[in-house]
Amino acid sequence: MTKLVPGLMLGVALVATAACSKKPPAALPPAPTDAPAQPTQPYGNGETTQATPLSEQFRREVTSDTIHFGLDQFDVDQESRAILDSQAKWLVAHPNVRITLEGHCDERGTREYNLALGDRRANAAKNYLAAQGVSPDRISTISYGKERPVAMGSDEASWAQNRRAVTLVLN
Amino acid sequence: MKLQTIAFATLCLAGTAHAQTTPPPPIANSPQAAAQAQGQSQDQPVIDIVGGISAPMPIAIPAMPTSAVVDTPAGSTDVLGQKLADVITNDLRGSGLFTPVPPAQLRTVAFPEVTAPAYDYWGGTGAQSLVQGYVRANGDGSLTVGCYLYDVLSKVELIRQGFVVSPSDWRRAGHKCADAIYSRLTGEGPYFDTQIAYIAETGPKNRRRKQLAIMDQDGANHRFLTNGQSITLTPRLSPKLNAILYMSFERDRPSIHIYDLNSRQDRTLVSNLALNFAPHWSPDARYVLFSMAVGGNTDLYRVPASGGTPERLTNSPGIDTGGSYSPDGSKIVFESDRGGTQQLYVMNADGSNQHRISFGGGRYAAPAWSPRGDQIAFTRMGGGAFRIGVMNPSGGGEQLLTNSWGDEGPSWAPNGRVIVFFRSAQGSGRPDLWTVDLTGRATRKVPTPLDGSDPNWGAVRP
Repeated sequence: MTKLVPGLMLGVALVATAACSKKPPAALPPAPTDAPAQPTQPYGNGETTQATPLSEQFRREVTSDTIHFGLDQFDVDQESRAILDSQAKWLVAHPNVRITLEGHCDERGTREYNLALGDRRANAAKNYLAAQGVSPDRISTISYGKERPVAMGSDEASWAQNRRAVTLVLN
Repeated sequence: MKLQTIAFATLCLAGTAHAQTTPPPPIANSPQAAAQAQGQSQDQPVIDIVGGISAPMPIAIPAMPTSAVVDTPAGSTDVLGQKLADVITNDLRGSGLFTPVPPAQLRTVAFPEVTAPAYDYWGGTGAQSLVQGYVRANGDGSLTVGCYLYDVLSKVELIRQGFVVSPSDWRRAGHKCADAIYSRLTGEGPYFDTQIAYIAETGPKNRRRKQLAIMDQDGANHRFLTNGQSITLTPRLSPKLNAILYMSFERDRPSIHIYDLNSRQDRTLVSNLALNFAPHWSPDARYVLFSMAVGGNTDLYRVPASGGTPERLTNSPGIDTGGSYSPDGSKIVFESDRGGTQQLYVMNADGSNQHRISFGGGRYAAPAWSPRGDQIAFTRMGGGAFRIGVMNPSGGGEQLLTNSWGDEGPSWAPNGRVIVFFRSAQGSGRPDLWTVDLTGRATRKVPTPLDGSDPNWGAVRP
């Protein structure tokens, strides 16, 4: 089950450069604690670089916001664990942040079963994060089944990308 | 547009009342009397579709004449006569059991001829059966459509029926006529005067816009019921035909909704922090069976259609979903991967006596119990294909009816002889609606204005 994960490449690259600078929480973001206080306008004054939404910051600072699954599987494999570890670390450092885990499937399953399978995937990721110290109360889940693919093809590579759980920062 | 309750009288056109207005009355005795006149073969279907071997029957369906050309909200009565013949022709051809005589061989039927067919002419076209009828605009604004079926070879009348409809429902008169003919000639139940609820789809593959929609079985009278702002899935027409049960992602809360077709009001039946999906009616429309996923585990629940506390029916650690009631409401067929892969299981309606019925290769999903009770349709996955198949409720007699890259989601026509499903194209993923009969030979694409998925076939309209 070869995984083709282009999205991951970028994440790995970012972490690689970050890792070069220093070991601990590389390049701390500016005062994340204040961020939730002021409701950031989505398309506001682009000058204020501090106003970067937390979700942007999350995506930038974790290995990836997405983990992938094998065909009809929902177990969190080694590669996914590394990604979720980086997410858990970030979430522990940002205790006020709430997240949603989206579960998704490829198109080669039936509609209703895929909704259930997506729920399994979202919860597998949730349980892993919880085991790493992220309170489950901060994590909601939703399954989109096969309704929201990211890769458009009907081929193994596309299906592998679409079998995923995506972590979304809510605030 | 509006779905009103129609007084849809099956007339035994008692002659005298009309005799003054329409000189040659295609009107007289009751259907029973007509059937008696035709004699002993009354209950014998002419076409045996159980075996499904017989060739399609040639049938002539000329335009229906009118006693007087009158303009109605549905058009003038003479034009309607042609359109009614077209509706009937399309229905019967679509069943795969009839070959309508080509238009070039159809002749104009004079009004008096409706009850006195030119058998010799029709015999010359190769037709074995002949459908004639008439259209009349009534003083109260309604339309009367007469519907007659003749056996060309034995020169006997097989059916004589009349339907009174409001002009906006003129197509229903055609479907009722086609239903009467189909039932008389095949011995099977009717299914043409029906509607299909489904999901109309458009847009790019990663952001499909999905709207609840409903249409006649032949694609006519199409309308959208939701605006597509939230993902909507898996609509199911109420057995009472007054509401549609479906799943919605409205406000990112995967929940069960009921859309009332009369009031056009939408109400949320089940919504909570869990994933609620796969709703199905009980045959008496009093309960809704659905799936709820909690913490990664999906089980089947039942809730009163009026709302209330869901009652849990299964509690396996696997995914239990996709339930469908037997027509008597005593049993439920569902799918579960408790044994490793998706397979079909049957249980009592209270959740007891769960046992597996599918044992073939591959995976089985989305079971639908036939309204006749004798078959269960399903989606079978394996070998790179998604196929529609049927088996009997104990798991035997499996037959695969289609073979395609992406056939899914079977739903039965009310007579239990035809199945509607959706077929997705490899690559684009764009689905459309198809029907297939139990022989697997008669397939038909159902026309839809956009792409279509998740079809659900309603009961015959009263």
